[in-house]
Amino acid sequence: MLSKRIIPCLDVRDGQLTKGVKFKGNVDIGDPVETARMYYEQGADEIVFYDITASAEERKIMLRVVEKVAAKIFIPFSVGGGISSLEDMRAALLAGAEKISVNSAAVKNPGIIAAGAEAFGSQCIVVGMDVLQVSSSQTIPSGYEIVIHGGRMNTGIDALWWAKEVERLGAGEICLNSIDADGTKDGYELTLTRLIADHVRIPVIASGGAGNPGHMVDAVTQGRASAALIASIVHFGEYSIPGIKKYMHEAGVKVRMKW
Amino acid sequence: MLAILDYRAGNLTSVKRALDHLHIPSRITSDPHELKSSQGIIFPGVGAAGSAMRNLSENRLDVSIKDLIREGKPMLGICLGCQIILDQSSENNARTLGIIPGKCQKFSPDLGDESGRPINIPHMGWNRVQVKHDCPLFSGIPQDSEFYFVHSYYPVPDPAYLIGTTSYGLDFCSVFGRTGLWAMQFHPEKSGSPGLKILSNFYSYCLEK
Repeated sequence: MLSKRIIPCLDVRDGQLTKGVKFKGNVDIGDPVETARMYYEQGADEIVFYDITASAEERKIMLRVVEKVAAKIFIPFSVGGGISSLEDMRAALLAGAEKISVNSAAVKNPGIIAAGAEAFGSQCIVVGMDVLQVSSSQTIPSGYEIVIHGGRMNTGIDALWWAKEVERLGAGEICLNSIDADGTKDGYELTLTRLIADHVRIPVIASGGAGNPGHMVDAVTQGRASAALIASIVHFGEYSIPGIKKYMHEAGVKVRMKW
Repeated sequence: MLAILDYRAGNLTSVKRALDHLHIPSRITSDPHELKSSQGIIFPGVGAAGSAMRNLSENRLDVSIKDLIREGKPMLGICLGCQIILDQSSENNARTLGIIPGKCQKFSPDLGDESGRPINIPHMGWNRVQVKHDCPLFSGIPQDSEFYFVHSYYPVPDPAYLIGTTSYGLDFCSVFGRTGLWAMQFHPEKSGSPGLKILSNFYSYCLEK
């Protein structure tokens, strides 16, 4: 039986973490390589890097970060943010990333999913979905709409339809981020998570809203997600990865307890 | 020196990076002489069995590999590399190397997990390996350790070669082989410290041999 995965997400800009990471002793660490290594040693099951700005110049900086991370952590890690072509994907994979996350680019050009899966295998292609709750309508029957550009632009696309579509196109995984829950610390959007997880056969990563380890238990039980993405609750030292895993293990969730 | 077999199948650099981290000398190569002079061969790979076999036979690497194994060169197959060691794959009905009798089969979409819900395919993530038969590669690794898997096809070798199993909708053979020739479906290079231990155990075996 697969373990449920705990995946810290690091936002990187100009090769630095956008928010410092506080470990015990309250030291701020801005270096993504060192932070990734620490999370690896603490039992993270995977790590996600998100390139916040991703202009051409910044992408080169990011690739150097990816190379350095790949030399130090021996678990899968993925890179997202501004990836819009096969060349971008290839560069990140060659630098040592395991998976590539596409979001807005996939909405504008769904062909990139199929092309990426064909070139590198479905297991490499994660589709990030930013979702906003709306009133249900003929075009958006599920009542969940895909938004892009960090939630600033509505697309008129139904989230449930899109989830099935990206699976059909060859995505290996969906990272499902609720814009409504993001930053609230009130817990993941469980109705949305379960709706999507129940309608696709590829793994769904719940994202947005984690405030405590109980929320992660909910995401993988009630929400039926395969993994939970976390950011601020570990970055600011409120909870540790081993602590979260212990909590989940005691709640009866299968998580990887030896690393 | 360990040779990482280059047959244009996916990302070979992650194995190289893990070996570098362990200070194990290695080279990514498809040169038969280099393969022959190495202390052991790692046969990695991600991708489809059919195209991988084509790449191997175009360079006559299939013949070299079989000869080297016959001569007793230690070898470790990982993921696709493990599947290709068998006779055939149901993935494009590819004929594979046939070094160990057996085949590869796709996970049936009808399989369910312990709660009866359909399994996700591919099998992607961390899962346990139950070691059923002693294997030097698992020396020093706790029994409940988990490893990272990404695959849609699973190996079904001759039961005489079974070493370890993993449960996902069914119990499948995730590690098999015989002394000096081992194959594993998961990625030791992406499985944290227990995975790195497997790689260093393999190198130790190669050195002692």
